Amino acid sequence: MNFDPIILTLILATPLAGAILLALIPEQEASSNSAVQVDSKRHAIGALIVTLLTLLLTLHLAAHFNYHAAGHTFQFEENLPWINSPAIRYHLGVDGLSMWLIVLAGFLAPIGVLASWNAIQRRTRLFYSLFLLQQVAMLGIFVALDLFLYYGFWEMSLVPMTLLIATFGRTENRRRAAIKFFVYAFIPSAILLVAILWLYNLTGTFDLPTLQALAGAHHIAASPTALLLCSIAFLVAFAVKVPIFPLHGWLQDAVTEAPTAAVMVLAGKLGLYSILRFSFGIFADQSRHVAPLLIALGAIGIVYGSLIALIRSDLKKLASFSTLAHVSFVVLGIFTFTLLGMDGGIFQILNESLIGAAFFVLLGLLYERYGTYDMRDYGGLAARHPWMATMFVLTSLAAVGLPMLNGFVGEFLILSGTMQSIVAHHVLWTTVGATGVIFGAGYMLWMIQRVFYGSPGIRTEEVQGWDLCAREHLELWPFIALFLVMGVASPLWMRAIDTYGTTTADPIVQSGVTAGSQAILKIQPATALADSAMASNGTQPHLTNARQEVR
Amino acid sequence: MSTNLLTLLPELILTLTAVLVMLFEPLLAPGASRKPLGWLAVLGAVGSGAAALCQLQFVNRLGAVTGFYGTVQVDAFSIFFHLLIASVVAATLLASLDYFHPTQVSHAGEYFALVLFGAAGMMFMTSSVELLMVFIGLEISSISTYILAGFRKGRATASESAIKYFLLGSFATAFFLYGIALCFGATGSTAIAAVSAGLTVTRTPLFGWLAVGMVLIGLGFKVSAAPFHVWTPDVYQGAPAPVVGLMSTAPKAAAFAVLLRFLFDAAPQYRTHWAPLIAIMAVASMTIGNLGALMQSDAKRLLAYSSIAHAGYLLVAFTATEHLAVSAACFYTAAYAAMNVGAFIVLTQLSGFDEKLRTIDDLTGLALRRPVLSAFLAFFLLSLIGIPFTGGFFGKFYVFSAAVHSGYTWLAIVGLANSGLACFYYLRLLAALYARPVADTVGDTPTPRSITFPAALALTATAAATLFLGILPNRVLNLTQRATPATVAQNTVQR
Repeated sequence: MNFDPIILTLILATPLAGAILLALIPEQEASSNSAVQVDSKRHAIGALIVTLLTLLLTLHLAAHFNYHAAGHTFQFEENLPWINSPAIRYHLGVDGLSMWLIVLAGFLAPIGVLASWNAIQRRTRLFYSLFLLQQVAMLGIFVALDLFLYYGFWEMSLVPMTLLIATFGRTENRRRAAIKFFVYAFIPSAILLVAILWLYNLTGTFDLPTLQALAGAHHIAASPTALLLCSIAFLVAFAVKVPIFPLHGWLQDAVTEAPTAAVMVLAGKLGLYSILRFSFGIFADQSRHVAPLLIALGAIGIVYGSLIALIRSDLKKLASFSTLAHVSFVVLGIFTFTLLGMDGGIFQILNESLIGAAFFVLLGLLYERYGTYDMRDYGGLAARHPWMATMFVLTSLAAVGLPMLNGFVGEFLILSGTMQSIVAHHVLWTTVGATGVIFGAGYMLWMIQRVFYGSPGIRTEEVQGWDLCAREHLELWPFIALFLVMGVASPLWMRAIDTYGTTTADPIVQSGVTAGSQAILKIQPATALADSAMASNGTQPHLTNARQEVR
Repeated sequence: MSTNLLTLLPELILTLTAVLVMLFEPLLAPGASRKPLGWLAVLGAVGSGAAALCQLQFVNRLGAVTGFYGTVQVDAFSIFFHLLIASVVAATLLASLDYFHPTQVSHAGEYFALVLFGAAGMMFMTSSVELLMVFIGLEISSISTYILAGFRKGRATASESAIKYFLLGSFATAFFLYGIALCFGATGSTAIAAVSAGLTVTRTPLFGWLAVGMVLIGLGFKVSAAPFHVWTPDVYQGAPAPVVGLMSTAPKAAAFAVLLRFLFDAAPQYRTHWAPLIAIMAVASMTIGNLGALMQSDAKRLLAYSSIAHAGYLLVAFTATEHLAVSAACFYTAAYAAMNVGAFIVLTQLSGFDEKLRTIDDLTGLALRRPVLSAFLAFFLLSLIGIPFTGGFFGKFYVFSAAVHSGYTWLAIVGLANSGLACFYYLRLLAALYARPVADTVGDTPTPRSITFPAALALTATAAATLFLGILPNRVLNLTQRATPATVAQNTVQR
C-alpha cells in the first residue's frame, strides 16, 4: 500500500490521537494514606508506543525521499482546500530542509519519554498528553506550507511547553519562567501575524510556494521599505524562538525549570527552520540585506554564550548558554548565504539538537541520582559511574567539535562558509566565531573535570548513586551511535540538505563552491574534509573573478 | 398577518415560554426544585433557535422578508444573531439549573423567565429595521438584565451591581433615544432605509453627525467599549456568574448588530466621520481593558476587563469595508460568545450561588481537584488568548485581516500587540489552575463542586462550538459572508 499521499497527515495524527487517548485514560487511584502519589507507568508506556510509531512513520519519509527531484519542489505533498474565504489551504509538504528535521523530532520523542520514565512520578496523564501535543505542534511546524496553518502550529507549540514548565518546573520560580517563555514568544508572534496578514492582503494567498514564486519574480507590489519591515517582523519572531543574541532573555529560566523531555525540544530547531523556510524563502533579498547584522549577532552570540557558560556553576544554566552558543553557530552559517555555510548550518541544527538533547538527558540522570545541578557539589564520579562518565565525555567531545564526531563537520563547514562569504568583515567574524570553538572546549572539559574527576563533592559523598541502568543505556546509545555515524558518514544527511542549500544559497558564490561541496559529498568526509576545503580554496580565484564580474 | 407573526416566530416562542414559566411557577410547592421550569426554559430557547433555522430556509429561497409595515426584517443577518442569542441563552440556562441553592429556589422561576424575556428583546433588536422598534427591543433586554444583575439578593455587591447598571444604563439608552430623535429631526423618519436616504439629502447635516455620535455613545455603553466601559467590572463582579456569561455576550451581540445596521446602512455617508471615532474607541477599549485586567485578582473582574478588550477587537472590524466588516464582526461575536459563556459556565459550576471561589488564589491547583472543569476553563482561556485552532484565534485573525485589507494596518498592529499584552493575565489564571495549591489556603477554600449533567452538556456544546469555529469555520463563514445589514427597499415593505 502506498502511504505517500497521506504520510504527513498520519505523522501529525498519530501523536494527536495519542495525546487525546492518554488524556482519557485515568490516572491510577492513589491510596489515600500514602503521602507521595505514584502513578503506574500506563501513560509512559502509552506515550512510548505512540512516539515509536511516529518515529517509524517519519523514517518512511527518509526511506522514500526522492533525491533527484528539483530543489524547489516539495514531496509527499497534501494540498486540500480548507477555508474558502480567506483562502486557506491544508497544504503539507517536505523538502531537503525539513526531511531530517522531521525525523529528528520523531527520534527525540521516544527518548524524551524514556528520560521522563522515573523523573515524572505524579500527574503523568497531564505530562504525557502535553508532551505529545508539543510533538504535534513541532511536526506541524516542519510540514506546514500554508502560512495560516504554519502560524497555527507555531502558536500552538507555545501552549504545551508553557504548561509543562508551569506544572512540572523544578523550583518555585516555575510559573514566572513559564509566563516569561510564553510572553517572549507570543508578542513577536502577534506582530508576525500582522506581517502575514499584510502579505495576504497584497498577494491574496497564504500558500508558501506561491508566495515564494511571487517574491522571486518581484511581483509583490509594495515599497522596499515596507517589505523590509515585513521581513524584519518575520525574522524577529523567529529569532526570539531560536534564540538569537540579544533576544535570549527567556532561555535560561525556561531551561532551568523545564523537565528534561521538554527542554530537549525547547530551543534551536523550530526558530532556525522557520528562518530558513520563511525568511529566506519569501524575503530572499531582504534577508541578504540584514545578513551582516545577523552574522555579527551570531558571532557575538557564540562568544557571549561560551563566556557566560564558562562562569556558570549550575549545570542547567551552563547548558542553556552552551545552547545559545551552538545555535549562534547555525545563525552564523546560514546568514553567509554560501552553500557551505547553509549546508553546514542545517547539518549543525541536527547536531545541536542531538548533542543538546543527549546533554540534557545526562544532566537529568545526574539530577535523579543526586538531586542537584550545582557543579560544586559534584566531583570524582568517574570511578563510581564509569559508563556515565564515558557517555558524558563522548557527548562533550561531540559538542566541542572533535573530528570524527558530528559537531566537527557542522562547525567546519560553517566556518569555511563564513570565510568564503562576501559579507563585510567576514574574516573578522569567522575569527570571532572560531574562538567559540576554543571556549566551548574550555567550559565542556572543565565541567567534565569538575563533575567526574578530582575529589568527591559534598553531595556525591552523601549520596550513593548508581551507574546507568538498562533503560538509561537505551536512551544514550542511539545518541552516541549517531554522533559517530554523522561524523564519518555525513553525506547520508547532506544529500537531502544539499538539495535545499543549492537552491537557496547565493548563486554567485555557489558556482564556485559547488565543486567543493561535491567533493565533500563524494569523498568520505572527516579526514577528507580538509582536502575538500583546499579544493574550495583552489576555486577561490575563480570566485573572486565572478564577484568582480558582478560588480 | 400570519406572515407578520412568522417574522417574529423566535421572539414569540421565547415570550410564550417565559409566560408559561411564570404561570407554572406558583403551581410548584414553595420548597420544590425549580429544575423542571429551567428545562422548560431551555426547551423554549432551543425551540426559538430551531424557528430561526426554519426562517433561514425560507430566506434562502425567498430572500429577505419584512413584516409589520416594514419595521421587522428577517434576513441572513438577523437570523445569524437570532441563532447566536438562542444558543447563548440555552447554554446559560443549562448552566443555571444547578446554580440555585435549595433555599433560594423560590426565585429561580422568575430568573428563568427574565432570561427568556431579555433574550426576546435582544432578538427583536437585531431584526427591527426601524429605530424606535430597536429602542423597544433595547429596553426589554436592558430591563431584564438590570434585574438579573442584582439577583444575588442581600449582598452589597449585588445591589451595587444592579443599581450601577440601571442608572448608567438608563443614561445610555437616553443618549440612544436622543440620537433617534435627532435622526428624525434631520430626515423626518426613523425607519433605517428612510434615514439612510434622508441623511444624504438633508439640509441639516449637523443633526446627522450629532445623531451618529449619540447612537455611538448609547451603544458604546451597551457593548462596554471605552470610554463608556466604567460600569463593567463592578457590575460583572456583583452579578451572578451565569448572568455575567449571558450579559457579556448576548446583549452585546445585539448591540453590535444594531451598530452594524445603523453605521453601514443608515449612516454610510458619514463613514469618514465615524470611522476615526470607532478606531479611537477600539484602541482605547483594547488598551484600557487589557491594562485593567493585568491588575485583577478576582476572576470575574478579570474577565470583565477582558470583555472590554474584546469589544475593542470587535470594533476594529468596523473600520473595514462593509462586506468584510459585517462578516468579521459577526464571526467574532460568535467566537467570543462561545468561549466567554463557556468560561463563565465553569465559574458558575465551581461554587454555585455562594460564589466563594472567586480569586485566582482560590482557583490555584484546581486541576488537581477538578481536572475536567479545569481542562474546560483552560481551553476557553486559550481561546480568549487567541491560540490557533480555537474560535478566538480565527475571530481575531479574521478581524485583523479585515482591518489590514482596508488599510488600517496600524490598528492591526495595535490590536495584536494588545493581544500579546492580554496573554499575561489569562496565563496568570491558566498557570494557577495547573500549579500546586498554596499550602496554607487549602483548608480555607471550599471544595469546588463537581460537574453536573446540564453543565456538562452546556460545556461540551460551548467547547465544541469554540473548536468548530476554529477548525472548520466554513459553514459559519458562509452565513456571515452572506449576512448584510442592508434593509430592503421601502416599496416592497408595505403589506
